[in-house]
Amino acid sequence: MKTEDTAPHATSGLGDDDGTAPEFTVYGGDWSEVAEEAARLGGQRFVFNMGPQHPSTHGVLRIMLEVEGERVTELRAGIGYLHTGIEKNMEFRTWTQGVTFCTRMDYVAAMFNEAVYCLGVEKLLGITDDIPDRANVLRVLMMELTRIGSHLVAIGSGGNEMGATTLMTTSFVGREETLKVIEHITGLRTNNGYIRPGGVATDAPDDSVEMIRGMIPKVKARLDELAYLQLENPIFKGRMQGVAVLDLAACMALGVTGPILRSAGVPYDLRKSEPYAGYETYDFQVPTSTDADAYSRVVLRLEECYESLKIVEQCADRLEASMGEAIMVADKKIAWPAQLSVGDDGQGNSFEHIRHIMGESMEALIHHFKLVTEGFPVPAGQAYVAVENPKGTLGCHVVSDGGTKPWRAHFRDPGFNNLQALSMLTEGGQVADVVVAIATIDMVLGGVDR
Amino acid sequence: MSDAKELQTTGAELDAVRPEGRTLINVRKGQFGARGDTSGYDGLTRFVYAPAAAQRPYGNWFDQVVDVLEELLGDKADAAIEAVVIDRDQLTLHIAREHLVEVCQHLRDDQDLRFEFCLGVNGVHYPADSGRELHAVYPIQSITHNRRLCVEVSVSDADPHIPSVTAVYPANNWHERETWDFFGIIFDGHPGLARIEMPDDWVGHPQRKDYPLGGIPIEYKGAEIPSPDQRRQYR
Amino acid sequence: MTDSAPTPPFIVGKLEDFAGWARAGSMWPATFGLACCAIEMMGTGTPRFDIARFGMEVFRGSPRQADIMIVAGRVSQKMAPILRQVYDQMAEPKWVLAMGVCASSGGMFNNYAIVQGVDHVVPVDIYLPGCPPRPEMLIHALLKVQELAREKPMLRHRKEIAAAAEAAALAATPTSDMKGLLR
Repeated sequence: MKTEDTAPHATSGLGDDDGTAPEFTVYGGDWSEVAEEAARLGGQRFVFNMGPQHPSTHGVLRIMLEVEGERVTELRAGIGYLHTGIEKNMEFRTWTQGVTFCTRMDYVAAMFNEAVYCLGVEKLLGITDDIPDRANVLRVLMMELTRIGSHLVAIGSGGNEMGATTLMTTSFVGREETLKVIEHITGLRTNNGYIRPGGVATDAPDDSVEMIRGMIPKVKARLDELAYLQLENPIFKGRMQGVAVLDLAACMALGVTGPILRSAGVPYDLRKSEPYAGYETYDFQVPTSTDADAYSRVVLRLEECYESLKIVEQCADRLEASMGEAIMVADKKIAWPAQLSVGDDGQGNSFEHIRHIMGESMEALIHHFKLVTEGFPVPAGQAYVAVENPKGTLGCHVVSDGGTKPWRAHFRDPGFNNLQALSMLTEGGQVADVVVAIATIDMVLGGVDR
Repeated sequence: MSDAKELQTTGAELDAVRPEGRTLINVRKGQFGARGDTSGYDGLTRFVYAPAAAQRPYGNWFDQVVDVLEELLGDKADAAIEAVVIDRDQLTLHIAREHLVEVCQHLRDDQDLRFEFCLGVNGVHYPADSGRELHAVYPIQSITHNRRLCVEVSVSDADPHIPSVTAVYPANNWHERETWDFFGIIFDGHPGLARIEMPDDWVGHPQRKDYPLGGIPIEYKGAEIPSPDQRRQYR
Repeated sequence: MTDSAPTPPFIVGKLEDFAGWARAGSMWPATFGLACCAIEMMGTGTPRFDIARFGMEVFRGSPRQADIMIVAGRVSQKMAPILRQVYDQMAEPKWVLAMGVCASSGGMFNNYAIVQGVDHVVPVDIYLPGCPPRPEMLIHALLKVQELAREKPMLRHRKEIAAAAEAAALAATPTSDMKGLLR
């Protein structure tokens, strides 16, 4: 950055010089090396910026490309343009309030952030086995619906970036079907704050099962349509097959998980290897491929959507069977006390709950007051849990100092890790393939930057 | 968890009574965040320690892993492995920083260990734990054996250097940059330790406990609510 | 055309009306989707909510071709100069819609990393609260921007109105001095 500018105009400095001196605007610790090398090579290599504001970078990602003609010789990714300080903010909020913060990290698949955080908190509390079955079923349902939504966004926006806008409109219509169900149960389309330490925030309304069962064929129709549109299309195949290849050795070296690892041949899915929230009781499969290119990852993501629909169907059956059961732990000193319902003046506490705490039980009133104002204390220590995000392994490291607020909560977002592979996916290839590579990593910059 | 007898001390006196090897997570003074009220909670001082080192047998597969690691390290095992903590069914190895790279090499390469994936580095700042304020936690995953353990390294604020493990686990490249950015832990041997999340000319390391949250007071028509870290709050 | 009342073969109207009608009918947003609001914005562009019926589905990547910048999401300190640069590169007339609470006021992230409201960086025409705002809310805000576009004064008229608004603002009580209203 030029530090000698004093004019109070944002784009000052343009046209100030006479255009003779070479000018490099660079950021980063080792960019002095880049500047030296660029000066040495003269005008042979062309370094340019796919800046943070770009329709095809899947968010605010900055990519610095060095190209020779159409061939990318070097690529670096610059991140941090969406850094929100979520982890630090969580240190000043209670454990339950932390859910509303962490859910906004990976905003496309919000439920997974909540789930991993709550699993971490529950591990610290030691109540992992005490979570009621119905709460686990609701968690799995929400996670799988979010997984379908996330994969549809990945496929849709990936297609849009390549120029196939119909893929985006089709996939978003399918996603809207899942969002209708999510909104019916949780109240919000996204960034829900639904999965809380101890269970889930509110029970599913009575007509949810019917709604879920009605949604499944609609989403299937959209998935079929997407498969029909893309998979045999020669242009799609030409752009995706053999592009953005990351073989097994590279995946293992770079710690890449998720569809990229599964496309390289390893059937690694945390839902199968370290089941949580009752995943071991569901019947589903883990699609794997060995082609390791962008095309196989799209196929994998579609297949995973079908598998998720299978799980959603099983969840609907279990929801029907467990009507009326608890959705929070039995321990009243941890369980979030409120029951929400929709009233005349909007959404708020249900009248039964108000009647209970005001008229029937003093302890319930005290619990409600203490849990909402102070929160529950968590025994000191640290825990690490991981779940299978649509993008890979989402890990959460929580440290408690015995208080009602986290001492430290850190999230290992798969997008952050997998984005390191972008250089390997693109260097030596064409500039147009950079867009395909970004789409195939499917990172969400909110999770990358946190 | 807490050893609050009549201890109202800090510094050298605190070090003398601190349980061996246990991290002092925090010294919690008072309740409700307020000082000087009439409730009497004001004088409460609690020392919150991390769980103590575990005794053999550890249980599960932990014994096997620690045995293999000690065997591979040979004479250096005692110096390298500072403590083995088993808490909430998770194994945490506290490793001295000089031996970190070697330990990671063994963890990754030995066929009985085969911890192929390092899931990043997380920094934690414990300002009360004088001499060992900055901790770096490396969760390491084995796909072959389906296991996970954490490696923890502690350094002081005065000398925040930890050798980089990017030679063993290249995936840690950006994670170490992030930990440098947020905590100021310098990873020696990292190919390009630059800021990654904050702007390059940012001053300070935001996620340390001595760095303020940086929020602004919220004003609305004459009333003002301070930033979240300045408010009176429960802790 | 009937023989009874000969209608003249021209239409008369105010320049502002014609210009406003043209501008409002096809406002092209600049892609400035940052975070969660961007996903809702993308959802608004897709068939269920469909801002194509308002002429707005064409998200231009180039700010030179864009009319409205929908700042959708939280603006971090690192992103703020880029926001300003993109705003400067847009051609007049341009409007800014701060979508979501993070763009309007910093939202729930009152910390070191987030600009507490994009009006610190660019002048905002419409603030849209919500976290994230539903697509219907975004459409409502966009319709309000269309109203602004339709009524946007031009040329000398604009200067007069702007001068009057500035005089009124200078004479009014600043919000921070409005005390005692919470009682």
